[in-house]
Amino acid sequence: MSLLDFLRPRPKNTASIARERLRIIVAQERATRGGPDYLPLLRNELLEVIRKYVHVDTDAVQINVERSSEGEVLELSVALPEPKAATGT
Amino acid sequence: MTETIVITSGKGGVGKTTTSASLATGLAQRGHKTAVIDFDVGLRNLDLIMGCERRVVYDFVNVIQNEATLKQALIRDKRHDNLYVLAASQTRDKEALTQDGVERVLEELKQDGFDYIVCDSPAGIEKGAHLAMYFADRAVVVVNPEVSSVRDSDRILGLLSSKTRRAERGEGAGAQHLLLTRYNPVRVEAGEMMSVKDVEEILGIPVLGVIPESENVLAASNSGVPVIHDAGSIAGQAYADAVARLLGEDVSMRFLDAPKKGFFKRMFGT
Ligand SMILES: Nc1ncnc2c1ncn2[C@@H]1O[C@H](COP(=O)(O)OP(=O)(O)OP(=O)(O)O)[C@@H](O)[C@H]1O
Ligand SMILES: [Mg+2]
Repeated sequence: MSLLDFLRPRPKNTASIARERLRIIVAQERATRGGPDYLPLLRNELLEVIRKYVHVDTDAVQINVERSSEGEVLELSVALPEPKAATGT
Repeated sequence: MTETIVITSGKGGVGKTTTSASLATGLAQRGHKTAVIDFDVGLRNLDLIMGCERRVVYDFVNVIQNEATLKQALIRDKRHDNLYVLAASQTRDKEALTQDGVERVLEELKQDGFDYIVCDSPAGIEKGAHLAMYFADRAVVVVNPEVSSVRDSDRILGLLSSKTRRAERGEGAGAQHLLLTRYNPVRVEAGEMMSVKDVEEILGIPVLGVIPESENVLAASNSGVPVIHDAGSIAGQAYADAVARLLGEDVSMRFLDAPKKGFFKRMFGT
């Protein structure tokens, strides 16, 4: 490291960016694991439709496949933004 | 009782073969009769890392296809007479490994009184990787503190809990451990690399060991002597600690902090 290094802007804390990205993608992949292959696509299309009406984050739509003795249940939850922040029509 | 341990990762090049060689050697050093098997058909490498490449006559596929006996194919380690290597075949035929064949070899090793069978998995999630994990009682998931490696590890954890014989029989997933390799504490402290804690939290399974990035690993591969033999290196010591934990001993983690640098070194050093 040279003295010049002190003058350059310090790199961002990219480790914490990595951690947050992984947290989201790993949770998403776990939820659809073992379910039909179309789940991730279904999730993205749903997200697009929802976004026509209200602005939500990319991780706002959560899909879960629950298995029980009676079969499989597709669980869907959509986190809406705080009412004040909502700008949708 | 024989315990079968798979060393797996999903992503390639993270340190599975390095880890298989050192864990198997460590188990043998601790007095356990151990076999280490290369499942990477077509890309044999464990023999080089174990330093027995010139003694390979018969391989895993020869045994499965009844062209050689298991006894003929097992290569006894030069340094430990309770350690044996079973080399992968160099055939390009990926179908050469069969589930029945693998099961028969593992069963014979059990009959022969092996305490541990270490299975070095190929990268990916194809047949070789599937068969390496299928019969395992335990899994060591090798992971680098890097986004694609962590994500692939989670994929592998999913397969371990559904696509193994234990899982299919409803016996539940076997024990799963994370082994972080190529860990660089200096970069972790600088915020450039995820920490052990980060990776452990994301994947949610306990850490068996942390192997620092070390130039001794390359030197060990160059000379065909597993790095655990290099007791003076931190990588060798970290592997020895991991072996102790694998055997149920309570050993605290070492080499997680960056070495303290003096003021001058920090200003002018590299
Ligand atoms: N702790 C470490 N420090 C430095 N280099 C390392 C360390 N661990 C592994 N390596 C290096 O990383 C490279 C890949 O290691 P290795 O062959 O064990 O990975 P692998 O997971 O078996 O790869 P593949 O998926 O191709 O089978 C090698 O060059 C090895 O020397
Ligand atoms: Mg390998």
